Amino acid sequence: MLILECPYCGIMADETELTPGGEAHLKRATVGSTDDAFESYLFDRKNPKGVHFERWRHSAGCGKWFHAARSTTTLEVYGTYAAQVSEPPKELVAKIKKKCPGWEGWQ
Amino acid sequence: MSDAVSALAGAAYEGYCQVSDAGLTGMVTIRGDLGAAKVKAAVKKATGVALPGQGAIVAAKGRKLAWMSPDELLLFCGYDEAPGLTAALTEALAGQHALVANVSDARVVLRVTGTQAREVIAKLTPADVSPGAFGPGQMRRTRLQQVAAGFHMPDETSFEVIAFRSVADYVFTLLSNAARPGGEVGLFDG
Repeated sequence: MLILECPYCGIMADETELTPGGEAHLKRATVGSTDDAFESYLFDRKNPKGVHFERWRHSAGCGKWFHAARSTTTLEVYGTYAAQVSEPPKELVAKIKKKCPGWEGWQ
Repeated sequence: MSDAVSALAGAAYEGYCQVSDAGLTGMVTIRGDLGAAKVKAAVKKATGVALPGQGAIVAAKGRKLAWMSPDELLLFCGYDEAPGLTAALTEALAGQHALVANVSDARVVLRVTGTQAREVIAKLTPADVSPGAFGPGQMRRTRLQQVAAGFHMPDETSFEVIAFRSVADYVFTLLSNAARPGGEVGLFDG
């Protein structure tokens, strides 16, 4: 069972209280982009074995969206942070790099 | 005027805990930036209740103000005073980016009382309601089985549960079933 700390209400929320929102920090390929870039934005997802950045919504709680970084293999949660950012906080990235030396980075 | 009735019309169940309809309750949703000094002052002035901190519920003058999210509060008050308070809050928050709505008839309030009340709630929710983790003065929004609900503890042996009116019967049935005699688990005994 995945337990994430909601950064808005400080609650350790159980997976069943949350709604998954897929991969985080996607950049929309918008007007003027090529068809390939748009297709990639729509369909290409990382699906890594290891560190993954995701969006979650505390749907049965405060209702807010937030970000989480976790391992897809061990379910270890590295941290959660607010939704109003376009990239993960530097401290969190540093923390994950320290824990997972082989990790290629979030981008 | 229509004759207001609560969704459960006074339903009650006597198990190893008592589950009952709390009756008509005034509820007003307040949305706005709770970090803004002007919003805080306006809410305090209009309700007479101090603003609750994160995850808290504050009672004063027969009213209760609960923290629902970083931009949402829920005011519990007398059913009859809800329209007046809604108007007063709307006026006090004029000019702010805020919204006030009287949701008294859109919600249901149930009461679970008994020394094992914590256990009855714990059977239905993923929230930690053990004595060290949850107690009076705290407000928790979570779910009860398949529906969204919120609860707080007026005292050590009772819970007040709020849910949407449309699922009132479902929540009442859930709680009654969880409180059925013979269903004692003794989760929090000793």
